[in-house]
Amino acid sequence: MNYLKLVILGLVTFFAALATNWAHDLAYQVHALLIMLVSAGMFIWVLRRTDNPPSDEDLSGVYFDGVVRAGVIATAFWGIAGFLVGTFIAFQLAFPALNFEFLQGFGNFGRLRPLHTSAVIFAFGGNALIATSLYVVQRTSGVRLWGGNTAWFVFWGYQLFIVLAATGYLMGATQSKEYAEPEWYVDIWLTIIWVTYLAVYLGTIVKRREKHIYVANWFFLSFIITVAMLHLVNNLSIPVSIWGSKSVQVFSGVQDAMTQWWYGHNAVGFFLTAGFLGMMYYFVPKQAGRPVYSYKLSIIHFWALIFLYIWAGPHHLHYTALPDWASTLGMVFSIVLWMPSWGGMINGLMTLQGAWDKLRTDPIMRMFVLSLGFYGMSTFEGPMMSIRAVNSLSHYTDWTIGHVHSGALGWNGMITFGAIYFLTPKLWGRERMYSMSAINWHFWLATLGIVLYASSMWVTGIMEGLMWREVDDQGFLVNSFADTVSAKLPMYIVRGLGGVMFLSGALIMCWNMWMTIRGAKPATVSLPSSKSNAVPAE
Amino acid sequence: METYTFMRELADSWVLLAMFAFFLGAAVWAFLPSHRSAREDASLIPFRNEAAPSASSETPVTNADANNSRELKGLDNV
Repeated sequence: MNYLKLVILGLVTFFAALATNWAHDLAYQVHALLIMLVSAGMFIWVLRRTDNPPSDEDLSGVYFDGVVRAGVIATAFWGIAGFLVGTFIAFQLAFPALNFEFLQGFGNFGRLRPLHTSAVIFAFGGNALIATSLYVVQRTSGVRLWGGNTAWFVFWGYQLFIVLAATGYLMGATQSKEYAEPEWYVDIWLTIIWVTYLAVYLGTIVKRREKHIYVANWFFLSFIITVAMLHLVNNLSIPVSIWGSKSVQVFSGVQDAMTQWWYGHNAVGFFLTAGFLGMMYYFVPKQAGRPVYSYKLSIIHFWALIFLYIWAGPHHLHYTALPDWASTLGMVFSIVLWMPSWGGMINGLMTLQGAWDKLRTDPIMRMFVLSLGFYGMSTFEGPMMSIRAVNSLSHYTDWTIGHVHSGALGWNGMITFGAIYFLTPKLWGRERMYSMSAINWHFWLATLGIVLYASSMWVTGIMEGLMWREVDDQGFLVNSFADTVSAKLPMYIVRGLGGVMFLSGALIMCWNMWMTIRGAKPATVSLPSSKSNAVPAE
Repeated sequence: METYTFMRELADSWVLLAMFAFFLGAAVWAFLPSHRSAREDASLIPFRNEAAPSASSETPVTNADANNSRELKGLDNV
């Protein structure tokens, strides 16, 4: 096995060295150099351990939590990175002078914006999903992860994907598809990682000791499978040269647009919704100490969400070359989608039935409830904005940005913070987080930050939409585009302040995690010893 | 017949019907009274399989199994 690894690593290093030399563009050259260094380093590392006898430590009786620990730390790290870039570009919009001349071509808004979106969605959200899914699948199956160290490959491979994607954006390697910007070689790497992730996840479910597959795993599994499908279809492209980062899309025109928004909306639906609902269905019952309100409803929630979300994409393309029937279809399905979304929210909130008093004392529970509240709000707002008439006002305005952030900061952010606060003490064998009042501070800073963000974006979005369509009695447009830009300045500053508050809350969380982990040993949790339905071994 | 037209008509008729039937089937299956105990069992999975790490966890129901789960409220809806 080690010899095979050495051969593969050697070939990769050699190929990357060639690629570094013959690269057509800067991004490709830097990436080839990076891959060469990583694989050469791993080659030496494997080589030095080739003839070591395999470790005879028996780990089959304990949960595989090392990769979850790494994932929790990576989530916090990338979260800070993503929030920081987001806050900075918010101020770049308010004060264009922050597009510094010396950073032109690397640090201006156009380059930093995809860095922000990918960092928060794929780096922060993706790491949170991988870490929590690997934790939840073990606890709800009662077995150790399938595939030994394969999970480590998934973790480090995903970090490499993030680094390649992020540095690529700064150097201009992008295929200009929103949320799918990485170029062809990064896409291929992600495909390998993702299929391995699916194998680890599915393998664990297959060897489970529980009779049933808990509903959280259904959501996680649908997230992994659908993201694989979306990623493959939307990234069908042909590289111009194997020594360059540029590629050409297979689809063109309106087909390409429809494929992109089929992908884009389902990235929201399956990455940011189904995956995070998997987290919700495990952590909310755990933190409340009660089973989910209605298991029936969770089954209906799952199937309705899966069947409806996949059709909602065309609502991103109202009033375009897309045929009317397609955008009407997208709009109708978006509106129907309101039902399962609220069903899921009610299911989560009602889990607290009989435990509502915890809201007074437990700041982690408060985060979960707030995140469910934001889930409900943004899944109400979304269908409304997908209606063609509303969309004619809201599209291309900051209202959309406000909507996205109330979902991302409120729903995804808060539930991830809650999960981090739940997992950190468990994974490092502490009774609870170092400081409960710091969690409270985080809660209020984040909440106020989101409120400032969302409300300022509503105001500026609707104002902007109304200004664009305002005509005088002769039928001429009243406002020039620059008029709307200058009218938005106060709201942009408020939005930036909201970002600063959200970021400082996350920094408090990192300090709290640091103090909790410091001096603690990783906790080793043993598997349940007997057959299914047994009381866990103490 | 053109591929596009064929796909359009198939999607509008049989595929739509099949998917809708599958969805209705799943919904009916979710409510089957005979699966009540299975649903109850599944909804309690998060509270099993967890040997407490060094310090015991604060949730009172960590050790619940199918027999003593009656003390958990909110089960009427499973």
